[in-house]
Amino acid sequence: MKLESKVPEGNIAEKWTNHKFKMKLVNPANKRKYDLIVVGTGLAGASAAATLGELGYKVKVFTYHDSSRRAHSIAAQGGINAAKNYQNDGDSVFRLFYDTVKGGDFRSREANVYRLAEVSNNIIDQCVAQGVPFAREYGGLLANRSFGGAQVSRTFYARGETGQQLLLGAYSSLNRQIKNGNVTVYHRREMLDLVLVNGRAQGIVVRNLLTGEIEKYSAQAVILATGGYSNVYFLSTNAMNSNATAAWRAHKRGALFANPSFTQIHPTCLPVHGEGQSKLVLMSESLRNDGRIWVPKKAGDNRPPNEIPEEERDYYLERKYPAFGNLVPRDVASRNAKYVCDEGRGVNGERAVYLDFSDAIKRVGKKVIEEKYGNLFEMYENITGENPYEVPMKIYPAPHYTMGGLWVDYNLMSNIPGLFVLGEANFSDHGANRLGASALMQGLADGYFVIPYTIGNYLASEKPEKVDTDRAEFKEAVDNVKEGIAKLLSIDGKQTVDEIHKRLGHLLMDKVGMSRNEKGLKEVIEQIRELREEFWNDVKVVGTGEELNQTLERAGRVADFLELGELMAVDALNRNESCGAHFREEYQTEEGEALRNDEEYAYVAAWEFKKVGEWELHKEDLKFEYVKLATRSYK
Amino acid sequence: MGGEKLNLTLKIWRQNSPDDKGQFEEFKVEISPDASILEMLDELNNDLEREGKRPVAFESDCREGICGTCGIVINGHPHGPLPKTATCQLHMRNFKNGDVIYLEPFRAAAFPIIRDLIVDRSGFDKIQQAGAYISFNTGGAPDANSIPIGKDVAAAALDAAECIGCGACVAACKNSSAMLFVGAKVSQYALLPQGQPERYKRVQTMVAAMDEAGFGSCTNTYACEAECPKGISIMNIARMNRDFIKAKIVEQEVDI
Repeated sequence: MKLESKVPEGNIAEKWTNHKFKMKLVNPANKRKYDLIVVGTGLAGASAAATLGELGYKVKVFTYHDSSRRAHSIAAQGGINAAKNYQNDGDSVFRLFYDTVKGGDFRSREANVYRLAEVSNNIIDQCVAQGVPFAREYGGLLANRSFGGAQVSRTFYARGETGQQLLLGAYSSLNRQIKNGNVTVYHRREMLDLVLVNGRAQGIVVRNLLTGEIEKYSAQAVILATGGYSNVYFLSTNAMNSNATAAWRAHKRGALFANPSFTQIHPTCLPVHGEGQSKLVLMSESLRNDGRIWVPKKAGDNRPPNEIPEEERDYYLERKYPAFGNLVPRDVASRNAKYVCDEGRGVNGERAVYLDFSDAIKRVGKKVIEEKYGNLFEMYENITGENPYEVPMKIYPAPHYTMGGLWVDYNLMSNIPGLFVLGEANFSDHGANRLGASALMQGLADGYFVIPYTIGNYLASEKPEKVDTDRAEFKEAVDNVKEGIAKLLSIDGKQTVDEIHKRLGHLLMDKVGMSRNEKGLKEVIEQIRELREEFWNDVKVVGTGEELNQTLERAGRVADFLELGELMAVDALNRNESCGAHFREEYQTEEGEALRNDEEYAYVAAWEFKKVGEWELHKEDLKFEYVKLATRSYK
Repeated sequence: MGGEKLNLTLKIWRQNSPDDKGQFEEFKVEISPDASILEMLDELNNDLEREGKRPVAFESDCREGICGTCGIVINGHPHGPLPKTATCQLHMRNFKNGDVIYLEPFRAAAFPIIRDLIVDRSGFDKIQQAGAYISFNTGGAPDANSIPIGKDVAAAALDAAECIGCGACVAACKNSSAMLFVGAKVSQYALLPQGQPERYKRVQTMVAAMDEAGFGSCTNTYACEAECPKGISIMNIARMNRDFIKAKIVEQEVDI
């Protein structure tokens, strides 16, 4: 299989403009003859479905939620980047492009990233026109703030609820199309298979989560906007229901999965408090501006923090990275927290480090700290019952975002004709590390401004036909889904789905998390295989398939995570270099920093599914013509 | 963090289907005070699953109080006893050893019970589809800074727009009124310049959809505001009422 990125010719600044002109169009009167399926109603899915509906296509949109407004994009806090340069501080499309390629540690596709930066400004216009109440200055113009990895102020925000406001904006546009009749929304449906007809994506099979009925839907193209897979680790900042199943089932039908080991572990999250914990909560990265991170120098020092004298504390980030101190990038901060906890120096021997504001409070006063971080301190106290003005916060890194995903070309189409993948579910724009406030940008860029053009070109040039759901291909997919469900229900073992999921999470966090090595990866591949075997012999799924059955829903998702987890380890083992969030202990500089190997690994690793536990690697070489390959340094 | 585990008695509403009569079922649990109330239910459900029994059906997703998926009436209060706190943010340290806790679904005629603690809130979507949007197509928007909006106006619009659509207002109201939910959305657009062209038509279509979906009238008890996890103000209801009345006048002058 030859991977064709389909990046247009010409200067990077003109590629998208030229491509838009060269792409074929679907006549307005013909658009209504096309049925399209969109799976997922987060920023990417809702914006795509709404925009395609506006253009006149007949769109069916699917979500497992009770309402399309609940998708996990809603929980994004910080903001959305755009190259507006409203602050007159030197921002430009090229600078946003440059920062994103560099932030991704040179493992993304230049042309895609440039287009992302190029349409970023349209997104802000679009959202303001929808009535998104972004923060404003007194004069009435839009306010901006700064985020990591950038030297300009380009982040637009609505308090700490930017994701909510952007998603509700997309939801409002979607609702307008539902009322107009161009979009039909199917709630409480979970996609469980992709249907191919003559090699093209032509439909999906879903389970109605209320009745258990297996339903089939056909279309002339299928768009997946189903988010990321951080929940493979069990504990993550993702929502409880976020999962990889739709993408994974497409992968098993032939869609390549790219860079699965590129997972972002965010350094400032609340630590795990016990086995019963269900998820991890993010605390904004901005806290590292004033908080000092430390652990006791001695392992086993379990005194309360205020009884540990200054000289017996190790401010390890300040010690190792005097230039950046506590403000090193996410991957570096996370890895170092892991190291000190591995040495047994975590708080009370647990996996947590202190984030201490006492110096800042002494320096500027409690009031200033309260103004800056009051709501975060409240949230911390609400969850932990401890007052961070008096006792240092305890934090620990948590899985947050997955840069890897289904492989797509420049048109956001996977290697399966007619299967498009948008937002976090694809792999294309963030390389090996995503910068803050860029996830919202990508989801909306893909949905509002890329897919409406590229899908038209596919439909106009390939002219996929309408197919009937009575065809054998649909029956085969339905039978496949039913068989999988029957198998899960028939095992009747002793372990709950959650118990096995937690064990998978521990394995992955330990060996395919912030730091990886050859020995650990080889071990974990075997351990995941054994765990998968155990799952299929000993899991207990109560209830039936013909009713609302949340245990069954989770079981299906965990079954897929048990396969995806192995591929993450396989991918991490294959990549004999360190880049961004992928840190292989064997490949580091003398100072312990990530050591890329551009000669051998400047490629996208796209994995083709052969059978469970067996994949074939395909490589898409990455060329950097506009951003010069360079090493990041934070000393 | 830490501390002694709490021994609690839970009385949870069990109802197999919409037509089922339903009743409380009692469970004894031992739980860490650091756990959230939904994590307590996760543990209970894992125990039930091990025994081959049907777990308690309840919904949640983000567990950070923003998606609006969760919602349980806890000891008579939608989302429990703490102000401005969604169910998923309620931690067990707010209870005492030996407490009896009643867990019930959001009850309203317009929110039929699906199973146990899960209700059907699709009426909310129908109200939004009736007019909670600004009519324009992607691509046609002017530059975002072309229309200045006062900082305070934007903040007031955001105060209204923070509604998470959970339905606690309906569950809290003796009339099962959705006026706070609808008023919040109407207000967001009424406050912003972008919302003006369709302002009076919007309030009419949304109120009509609200009535059609079976939600009751507002009799100003303010229970909705008291129980709202986001602290949405009843000022939004007043604003909607004003716009609704004004729409009657406006429609005599121009065709809205």
